[in-house]
Amino acid sequence: MSRHIRVNPILCDGFGQCAELLPELIELDEWGYPIVSEAPVPASLEAEARQAIALCPRLALTLERRRAAQPLGAAR
Amino acid sequence: MSALTVREPQLALEPRLLSRTSCAAPLPALSRAREREHLLAEIEASGLTGRGGGGFPTATKLRAVALGRSPIVVANGTEGEPASSKDKVLIAANPHLVIDGAVTAARLVGATDVVIAAGRADGRGIAALEHAVAERRGFDQGIALGVVAAPDRFVAGEEKALVNWLNGGQAKPTVDRPFERGVRGRPTLVQNVETLANLALIARHGADWFRELGTPQEPGSALVTVRGAVRAPGVAEIELGTTLRDVLAGFGGLTAIPQAFLLGGYFGTWVSARDALDLPFTNESLRPLGASLGARLVIALPQDACGLAETARVVRYLGRESAGQCGSCYFGLPAIATAFEMLAGGTADAPQALERLSRLVPQVEGRGACSLPTGATRLVTSALRVFAHEVDGHRAGRCCAPRRPAVLPVPDLHEHEWS
Repeated sequence: MSRHIRVNPILCDGFGQCAELLPELIELDEWGYPIVSEAPVPASLEAEARQAIALCPRLALTLERRRAAQPLGAAR
Repeated sequence: MSALTVREPQLALEPRLLSRTSCAAPLPALSRAREREHLLAEIEASGLTGRGGGGFPTATKLRAVALGRSPIVVANGTEGEPASSKDKVLIAANPHLVIDGAVTAARLVGATDVVIAAGRADGRGIAALEHAVAERRGFDQGIALGVVAAPDRFVAGEEKALVNWLNGGQAKPTVDRPFERGVRGRPTLVQNVETLANLALIARHGADWFRELGTPQEPGSALVTVRGAVRAPGVAEIELGTTLRDVLAGFGGLTAIPQAFLLGGYFGTWVSARDALDLPFTNESLRPLGASLGARLVIALPQDACGLAETARVVRYLGRESAGQCGSCYFGLPAIATAFEMLAGGTADAPQALERLSRLVPQVEGRGACSLPTGATRLVTSALRVFAHEVDGHRAGRCCAPRRPAVLPVPDLHEHEWS
């Protein structure tokens, strides 16, 4: 079981705060929308990840527990 | 070029999906748990996968929905892919087989409600379904059947979008998973109509019969739409594993030497004619070319057409079909379309356009709530690969076919609603 940042692309309005708070895992595309790393959140960044999630003005980020196999019909 | 000559048409397959007699035998009652488990095991053994484009194993989806409380079954015949007609042809030719499959799926998962969706523009299909439902009144005990006419947008038939529309919203994708939270918040089985028709056939004849056609990995028959440079464009039932050359022969053969095929639909992949013509029509054999069966659409692009110009028109269309919900799709697809038009237009900006595309595609691929952005980038990437030789000509300011009529159909824009 690992933890991953997940963005709801429909909720996201491209405020871009998350990329400032967590540049190690989140970068912005040229329109300002976050491209989130598929890599697991390392323990050393967990506090920053939780802060980025809590401060998203659209509440578009979540921390997702993921097993090795992808769930049926997962949204990207 | 001898590899691309036309052969005599092959003997047609004895139709399964398009045969009216396929509904003659009674369906199993499935009133006992043991019967239901037996049929689920048969479907699993048949190797049936989704015929709408996703290709997901049907038995797995059935089992996932069956775990939930009071599920709903949605038969998806919306077929928003503009160049594809196979679901429309199936619905018009054999509405009862589709409904048989939907009713059987409902009994398997414990659903009492079945919704059958077709596209609003498909008046013939809607009428056929309504007529068939009326004819069955009193036959499907314990199952309520409804027919709905869904909005005609490219993404409206995406299963989450269809569920959202059935719930009173717009036909735009959501991030919910229908098999967990679908119509009225209930677990919802959304299955393509051709998948359901196959399910009804397996319920009657079993897995071994189903596997008499096709390959061990990809059993059964399939409905395909073939357009472009063939004598008799349209829809036909083929055996999976038939070579593309023989599939085309079934459509009267080629009318011109093809340079490339678009496989799978507007979400699909361009492949060079030379690479694909003698491959069996299966996902397995197309995978090395980066292609798949997708929506089972084949468009043969003749030599005198321009693959870049054709792709540019389709990418612009896909961009305008964005639901406007996800930034990377709403901004990214029109940006890709603009860059691709610059490339195809043969202007002096072509070299910059190519560089711009190489930066845009990775920013759009794999993102968004549905597969529209990924499908569009797949089309673009394959066009750049297959028409690479033309890219050079276009960079020098030459388009190979500037005045030719379009091969890939694109619907009139902005005339369809979202709800």
